[in-house]
Amino acid sequence: MSKISVSDLNFFYGKAQALHDISIDIPEREVVAFIGPSGCGKSTFLRTLNRMNDTIPIARVEGKVMIDGKDVYEPNTDVASLRRKVGMVFQKSNPFPKSIFENVAYGIRINGIHKNRADLYERVEKALNDAALLGEVKDRMNTSAFGLSGGQQQRLCIARALAVQPEVILMDEPASALDPIATQKIEELIVELKKQYTIAIVTHNMQQAARVSDRTAFFMLGKLVEVNPTQKMFTNPDEKLTEDYITGRFG
Amino acid sequence: MSSNPNENILTGERFGAAAKKTNNILGDRIFRVVLTACGALILIIVAAMIAVMTQSSWLSIQKFGFGFLTGQTWDPIKGEFGALPFIYGTIVSAVLALLIATPISVGVAIFLVEQAPKSLARPMAFLVELLAAIPSVVYGLWAIFVLAPLLRVYVQPFLQQTLGFLPFFKGTANGIGMMSGGIILAIMITPIITAVVRDVLEAVPVTQREAALALGATRWETTKIVLANANSGIAGAIVLGLGRAIGETMAITMIIGNRPEISASLFDPGYTIASVIANEFTEATGELYLSALIEMGLILFLVTFIVNGLAKLLILSVSRQTAQSQ
Repeated sequence: MSKISVSDLNFFYGKAQALHDISIDIPEREVVAFIGPSGCGKSTFLRTLNRMNDTIPIARVEGKVMIDGKDVYEPNTDVASLRRKVGMVFQKSNPFPKSIFENVAYGIRINGIHKNRADLYERVEKALNDAALLGEVKDRMNTSAFGLSGGQQQRLCIARALAVQPEVILMDEPASALDPIATQKIEELIVELKKQYTIAIVTHNMQQAARVSDRTAFFMLGKLVEVNPTQKMFTNPDEKLTEDYITGRFG
Repeated sequence: MSSNPNENILTGERFGAAAKKTNNILGDRIFRVVLTACGALILIIVAAMIAVMTQSSWLSIQKFGFGFLTGQTWDPIKGEFGALPFIYGTIVSAVLALLIATPISVGVAIFLVEQAPKSLARPMAFLVELLAAIPSVVYGLWAIFVLAPLLRVYVQPFLQQTLGFLPFFKGTANGIGMMSGGIILAIMITPIITAVVRDVLEAVPVTQREAALALGATRWETTKIVLANANSGIAGAIVLGLGRAIGETMAITMIIGNRPEISASLFDPGYTIASVIANEFTEATGELYLSALIEMGLILFLVTFIVNGLAKLLILSVSRQTAQSQ
């Protein structure tokens, strides 16, 4: 069974419809990449998966988003625990104005995951280790997170997301503000994280989609044009539109 | 990529830039001179104020020396002047005002930014700002006719019964006094602190709220993250309110009781520096009297300066702490 199964999803900002009849299945422990031109709805779609769009008062959702067989838009859904299960990493790294340690500990603390202080330390270290950051910050855990470089800050945000033990990780252009070396580190990390997590990533960078994802979905004007294994998508797509976009004939 | 059609992509040079170059440098120079003059003007004004006030109060400074600051008698007839009760009244009423106004203002600002729907937040924010525009004499009248009777009949007897063992709530409940003064100041500075805190909270990036929400944070937990981002700005807002409370004259003159006494009880009347200057300046007969009043002005200036300086230091240490090791 798929980890995430979306059927006939429509999304509205007030009267404007941003997503039209999206249906897609995302299998467990795979990376699916969402590509498409700016404003095509791929970020909006990503944010419907953990109900981040709830913060927008005029937003409205129709259709079903099933995660582990449960519709996340059911009225009795606990949104906080949904978001704990479906973590998110944003385009711009957004560490809290706290120390490196406290940034990672934050999610653990508010969700009351840790048993005691030693356990908290262990979990923070494990998250930092999983985000391939521990070696770089081990000696300055209590200094401000703002002292880290852009790439390190983004990995810190990934560690922060990992610390609450999510099952799915949503990434909204996680490397678009980073230099090539930092980008490479993030990409290696994504491939590594795939072993444990289901990952959905929005990216503008088609090479990135090709490098890290198992499956690619192409969005255009709020519609899902095509979703296929990445290999097939970039060599022999079903749709003419996809081919035109990937080969750079428009966009 | 390049949005400027006049730009040469390879060299980054603008066509015609060379011709305009000398002109630009001259323009920059004028710009700099004008700005420097503006900055210097502020320093000159401050220096001139201190100089003139020191000169005008020289008589009093010479006669009383530092004793002026510690003297507790204010007797124009005998020509004896001491500023301590006024300094005490100014600081206590301002601190009281801050203690009351800060939690309310921060609460209102959080409500407006984080909780209230837009349709409610906009008119409410407008109303809050309108409060700041009410003339202080109107606040004073309201204090005399509404606040003071309310305190005398209900609040102060209640405090006396429940917390009467504390020195702050002893004595007769007469409405007019330090407590009313502090409360009216609190009401007057609340809109200012609220407006600034609101701006500060609104300036906190949405990404911070989203980061907290995405980790499963509740609204209250998200708000705490927002506050952590805003704390130095909030401290700045409080300092702004404090400055206003120290300098406020009309309303507090009407309600504080105008008696130069130092009393632990908040029910008792007091006096502030600004009030005594406003009350007695026109009637100050004799050079020494006038000189003493001007020295009060100088002291008010210094008190404001010191209090603001201390507050700034506090902000600096707080923001440094949160940036480094929270």
